[in-house]
Amino acid sequence: MSAESTTAVKIPTGNREDEIQVYDLHKSFGDLEVLTGIDLVVRRGEVVCVIGPSGSGKSTLLRCVNLLEKPTKGRIFILNEEITDPDADVDRLRTQMGMVFQSFNLFPHLTALQNCTVALTEVLKKSPADAKAIAMENLHKVGLGDRADSYPLKLSGGQQQRVAIARALSMDPELMLFDEPTSALDPELVGDVLSVMRDLAAGGMTMMVVTHEMAFAREVADRVIFMDGGVIVEQGPPAEVIGNPKEERTRTFLRRVLDPTHLPAPEDEVTGGSPSRG
Amino acid sequence: MSAITAEGVRPKRKLSARKRGQRVRIVQYAVLALLVLLAILFVDGRQVSQVFFRSDMVRRTISTNLPLAFLNTIAYTGGAFVVGLAGGTVLALMKLSHVGPYRWLATIYTEFFRGVPALIVLLTFGLLPLALPGLKIPLDPYGTVWVGLGMVSAAYMSETIRAGIQAVPKGQIEAARSLGMSSGLATRRIVLPQAFRIVTPPLTNELVLLTKDSSLVYVLGLTAQGYDLTKYGKDLSNTYANVTPLVIAGLSYLVITLPLTFLVRKMEARQARSK
Ligand SMILES: Nc1ncnc2c1ncn2[C@@H]1O[C@H](COP(=O)(O)OP(=O)(O)O)[C@@H](O)[C@H]1O
Ligand SMILES: [Mg+2]
Repeated sequence: MSAESTTAVKIPTGNREDEIQVYDLHKSFGDLEVLTGIDLVVRRGEVVCVIGPSGSGKSTLLRCVNLLEKPTKGRIFILNEEITDPDADVDRLRTQMGMVFQSFNLFPHLTALQNCTVALTEVLKKSPADAKAIAMENLHKVGLGDRADSYPLKLSGGQQQRVAIARALSMDPELMLFDEPTSALDPELVGDVLSVMRDLAAGGMTMMVVTHEMAFAREVADRVIFMDGGVIVEQGPPAEVIGNPKEERTRTFLRRVLDPTHLPAPEDEVTGGSPSRG
Repeated sequence: MSAITAEGVRPKRKLSARKRGQRVRIVQYAVLALLVLLAILFVDGRQVSQVFFRSDMVRRTISTNLPLAFLNTIAYTGGAFVVGLAGGTVLALMKLSHVGPYRWLATIYTEFFRGVPALIVLLTFGLLPLALPGLKIPLDPYGTVWVGLGMVSAAYMSETIRAGIQAVPKGQIEAARSLGMSSGLATRRIVLPQAFRIVTPPLTNELVLLTKDSSLVYVLGLTAQGYDLTKYGKDLSNTYANVTPLVIAGLSYLVITLPLTFLVRKMEARQARSK
């Protein structure tokens, strides 16, 4: 793979601060081109919110970053190691980035505590006692220390998602990926999850968050990325991208998301005709 | 039924659904009563009980060595089930493998052993030591039965287990992999435990079938120590020219299979509720 398209940029930057580096990322599913050339660098401690209409490729971008989807073209570096390299130790790189899914994906046959400890003991080879201590600390962090022995199905959606966050945090990752973490939640449960994420951001975690929560993005994001049609249309501080967007496509999208009266008419974009996947 | 009324075309004497149901039930009970009456009139109850359930034969069947035969049936079945479960799991994973030849091999295996009578498989294994003089199957006759019946049931179980694995949502694997688990670890710790939970009812059904199939061991040259329920009952029935021992053997199978069937019902009900 040569860097024909880039000229003066050094790939990877080699800068320890550039935790996620994405170069000329393309992804197709069969004939469907979902991502058509994404370039992106996320710095240490940065909170990047990715917004955009349904089907614009936000989830695919996030899933390419930890290689749950294999890019059709392009290179991705995590902590300056190339995860798209065929010889990369993908499993080890994945322990450095937590992923939180829209549908929680907790392991239903394991308790909340076991959900958090299973990878600690099996992947990081921690002793059961150490694993338990780490897991309990993170369950407390998300406010669920008292539900450690509950099975996921006994928990509310909001609680499940917080366990999922605790599970990811237990691996002590360098960065966290969130794919619409509150979209599957009842409105009254969204707040708890967002406040956990707010705390994480305040604690300096590097975060890439796909979300429709504009208030959250405005408040917490260092940078907002607006995606449409498989490309980054516009990016910048939330005050610019959400408060004063330059691009017409961004404005159209924000009008629909922010003004509920616009929702019903062109619902194809906001609520999406695409199959609802994470 | 109600489509007629829904379209407004009324039959001449329209009965309410409840009335109609009542009539159907009355007719059914009348037929039943008639059958019972005929049975009482024409069947000689004493003779029937003499042939099928003679009390001294019942006693003799139980006291001769029924417990051993019962345990043998359980041992044959249990061992074959374990072999089938292990083999079925391996075959299921092969069928889902990315490696083509694994998939083909597993498919050929499954189609072969599902298409061939279990009796022939068992006979073949029974005769194998004769054909290959060096070969000695350990724990004879148990080893022969476990491998023979186990290989057949592995073919059936592999299909069930494969379906169970595929029923585990893709998000489970993704969550496991995103935590840094290798594909094998994710399969072992996350996918298989859930898959087995899903397929416990059908696998228990398979156990019921296997319990009955264990009666095929009669084709092996068993010593009395190795008799299973069927062979044991058949032997006594032949000796005394009376069917009672076979009836007792049959009822003994129910002691095993009925609780299992009941268990399956309960598990299925619980799974349905938790959906
Ligand atoms: N595994 C897949 N196979 C085929 N098409 C997919 C797959 N995943 C996503 N897509 C398609 O890719 C497009 C972008 O999907 P996605 O990244 O989920 O968008 P977003 O998260 O922005 O809503 C959609 O049209 C979707 O249907
Ligand atoms: Mg999405």
